[in-house]
Amino acid sequence: MIEKDRARFIYQTMNRIRCFEMKAVSLFESNKLRGSVHLYVGEEAVAATVCSQLSEEDYIASTHRGHGHCIAKGATLDGAMAELMGKSTGYCKGRSGSMHIADLSKGNLGANAIVGGGIPIATGAALASKMQNNGRVSVSFFGDGASNEGTFHESLNLAAVWKLPIIFICENNLYGISVPSWQSTSVKDISVRGQAYGIPGITVDGNDVEAIDEAFRTACQRARDGEGPTLIECKTYRWLGHWTGDPQPYRTREEIEEWKQKCPIKRYRTKLIEQGIFTSEELDGIEKEAQAEADRAAEFALNSPEPDPAGLLDDVFYEGGAQV
Amino acid sequence: MIKTYAMAVHDVMAEEMRRDERVFIMGEDVETLGGVFGCTRDLYKEFGTERVRNTPISEAGFVGAGIGAACAGMRPIVELMYMDFTFVAMDQILNQAAKTRYIFGGNAKIPLVIRGQQGIGRGNAATHSQSVETFFMHIPGLKVACPSTPADAAGLLRTAIRDDNPVMFFEHKALYAQKGEVPEDIDFTIPFGKADIKREGTDVTIVANLLYVGRALEAAEILSGEGISAEVIDPRTLVPLDMNTITESVKKTGRLVVVHEAHRNAGWGAEIAAQVTEDVFPYLDAAPIRLGTAPCPLPFNLGLENAATPQVADIVKAAKTVLYRI
Ligand SMILES: Cc1ncc(C[n+]2csc(CCOP(=O)(O)OP(=O)(O)O)c2C)c(N)n1
Ligand SMILES: [Mg+2]
Repeated sequence: MIEKDRARFIYQTMNRIRCFEMKAVSLFESNKLRGSVHLYVGEEAVAATVCSQLSEEDYIASTHRGHGHCIAKGATLDGAMAELMGKSTGYCKGRSGSMHIADLSKGNLGANAIVGGGIPIATGAALASKMQNNGRVSVSFFGDGASNEGTFHESLNLAAVWKLPIIFICENNLYGISVPSWQSTSVKDISVRGQAYGIPGITVDGNDVEAIDEAFRTACQRARDGEGPTLIECKTYRWLGHWTGDPQPYRTREEIEEWKQKCPIKRYRTKLIEQGIFTSEELDGIEKEAQAEADRAAEFALNSPEPDPAGLLDDVFYEGGAQV
Repeated sequence: MIKTYAMAVHDVMAEEMRRDERVFIMGEDVETLGGVFGCTRDLYKEFGTERVRNTPISEAGFVGAGIGAACAGMRPIVELMYMDFTFVAMDQILNQAAKTRYIFGGNAKIPLVIRGQQGIGRGNAATHSQSVETFFMHIPGLKVACPSTPADAAGLLRTAIRDDNPVMFFEHKALYAQKGEVPEDIDFTIPFGKADIKREGTDVTIVANLLYVGRALEAAEILSGEGISAEVIDPRTLVPLDMNTITESVKKTGRLVVVHEAHRNAGWGAEIAAQVTEDVFPYLDAAPIRLGTAPCPLPFNLGLENAATPQVADIVKAAKTVLYRI
């Protein structure tokens, strides 16, 4: 059983992510938001649970499907929504959009539009933590498809030989865009790839908060104890198309419906009530709060100014400090 | 026949696969989805999933596999979903594909096409909006094609597939829906190294590729309203590069503007400006002007993206500047 404070954080975070994304979809559909927006709906348990065990000092590196990780690691919905809309009040001043959103102040090394692009970066942050002996861990989130990129394999090996404090979290949602995992990935359980690099690999139900929590606790302890990395595969499912308007010829309506029955939010809600941690009224309250926060974030983003083109060339380089 | 740029690409691949069974396509999501931009739509139904082959997300792996398959007697077309992802496979392209024939003493043939779309227009931001063709003309051993119309896409792609060398083939996402006449002849090819004069003129030469051919033509129309006759040239292939058509034009106009979506800094326009300056300097009445994307990653915000990239008004202004009419 997860302690009350963390249970609240997890439930709240899953709802904040869900409400945020559904709001983003409606903004997209009314042409207020453009670009590539990859939605995490159905997969919220992973980010919320993992991040409930992290502090602000710990690092994460995320993916093109990064809203959930960003919010779970401490982003405000206001700043995140403003970034999705390209506004100057967004986390990256409107330069990143959904696919590159980052919040370094909360240890988030960014969404990453290059599949597999974030895995070595999380590994490097873990290397720094080890060299600085500061007790921080890194978490690398990535998809099943990304586990076929060279960066995944190189990073696991690096982290293993250097015994780095990192946890590799594979969010296996069974597809990379239209390609089913069985067609592109040589193993059914991606966790077995840990063996190739001499590190523990474990597969858990990615829609089950408690299962993720338990596996991650062990891995996190191992990392903090200096014993090296762990690979955790969370089996889950993306409810929506890869992009808004994706005709999804590659999967059936029945399959999607089946997975909607396994909604991680509903499941945890039932659990929390069963365990007597929260009453259903309390949980309703959390849901309402999340919805109101998402609505306010949309207002905030809509009313925020566009970035000033005069700043176009700012930040290409760091201009301060010593030039060596 | 009138078809879209995307259909032109699609149909040529189908026709070439019918003609030569060594031709096959591999790339991400090319089977049931037909590619994210529809260029391989339904091809797996006719040719099967052996020849229209989904790959794992492993660009370095499958681009390299294309080189090996080409060496071993196949004629692969490797689709990259975004040409930005060439960077993930750069060793295989620049260290391997480009050099293999030469360093093997001329004993290997690499009939490989690496194709896909690039550029602005969909708010895909920094890593999915770049124009990267210049990288591949710097390293010897790769041919580089950049079609700006459906007919050019068809003719150049057929040439690329029939070429025994590695060809980097750059399509533009914002051109896929553009319609135009495409010859029905299944042997219609456009030779590499032959620029196309998209509009004739006498006062200023504007060289552009991909999306910017259209923008240069718009600028030319505006300029003609002001009594300025602009000639618009699309080099179509950067390797080989038809400098002759460009220098002949400059000899006539005495003025050169090069505009592209690739970064201005060390972009291919610099090469053209340099060659023109070296070869026909006495004919130049003004220093050439290069326009290109600003020296920053492409920002997500549309206003910033517009500020970073050359606009039609910038082309008009550059043309007037070389004519001292500003
Ligand atoms: C290097 C690279 N290759 C291809 C793509 C295009 N792409 C974007 S998301 C995606 C699928 C990724 O699948 P997976 O890793 O399973 O993550 P999911 O989208 O399922 O969450 C692909 C192929 C990309 N962005 N970067
Ligand atoms: Mg996936």
